[in-house]
Amino acid sequence: MRIAVGRTSSQPLSGAAGIGIAVGVYGVSFGVLAVAAGLSPAQACVMSMLVFTGASQFAFIGVLAGGGGALAAIGPAVVLAVRNAAYGLSLAPILPGRLRDRAIVAQLVIDESTAMARAQDEPRAARRAFLATGLSVWLCWNAGTLVGALLGGGLGDPRSLGLDAMFPAAFLALLAPQLRRPGAPVAAVVGATIALVVLPFAPAGVPVVAALAGVVPGGLVAKNVKAMSERASQARRGG
Amino acid sequence: MSWTLLLALGGASYALKAVGPVLVGGRELGPRVRRTLDLVAVPLLAALILVQTVGTGHRFVLDARVPALAVAAVLVSRRAPFLVVVLAAGGTAALLRAFG
Repeated sequence: MRIAVGRTSSQPLSGAAGIGIAVGVYGVSFGVLAVAAGLSPAQACVMSMLVFTGASQFAFIGVLAGGGGALAAIGPAVVLAVRNAAYGLSLAPILPGRLRDRAIVAQLVIDESTAMARAQDEPRAARRAFLATGLSVWLCWNAGTLVGALLGGGLGDPRSLGLDAMFPAAFLALLAPQLRRPGAPVAAVVGATIALVVLPFAPAGVPVVAALAGVVPGGLVAKNVKAMSERASQARRGG
Repeated sequence: MSWTLLLALGGASYALKAVGPVLVGGRELGPRVRRTLDLVAVPLLAALILVQTVGTGHRFVLDARVPALAVAAVLVSRRAPFLVVVLAAGGTAALLRAFG
């Protein structure tokens, strides 16, 4: 295994295990909350296996717990899952192979596996990081859901354990190495600003999807940075 | 809770994930598409961080999650391991709520 000192998320295997454990803890709280919201333990477990995208699942049971029907709950859950389509497209070049294999690994396309893959410098490492993180998160998320669903309310309030504070921290650790890309800081600031402006009135899940528009100014900056560095290297060669 | 809706959500979720790997998988994309997709995760992660730190439903709520994220930010800038960052943030929020 390559040891890249100081770049947490470029160590695919230890990073994958670390993310898995954190997600497992969160999976326990999902199981607890899902059962509290009216799902049977079997439904909670099947949901984690098939839907397998934490933010959507939390949004779904959140609407149920708030008194909304299952039909009302499905909208925000699907909207939140839309970002996985963008992730899948961005991962497509590093996922070669037979259609059947690609169809299977597609289920592993989530925030964590995408961020981990994107933090790698070359395609083979990115593919390994994607698979290791995706599998680790899938196993831990489902194991956690099972434990939580069986524990039911016995665990207490997930907030008192600080579980809700773990996810922003995890996303921050995943975001940090990507901010070195040209245009990324602009994309982050614009995206976050859009989300905050939209949050008070848009349905759950929409603010995060709306933030996707941040790639437009980010992409423009990246293009200019590339053009500038090309001009600079031409000037060096010429002069 | 109906099983039908749950399975429908599972199907929708999978279909969204599969668009890229199944339809595009392994092929190279043009430079402009690549440049855009390289950045896709960045604004989404930034938005998730903020929404999950200061958002509660449709309101902004400043609570123990904010200092927890600050602790995480310090640790990330010092390049602490991922698990340390996550557990320190959870621990900070839990302690503040226990004594706050």
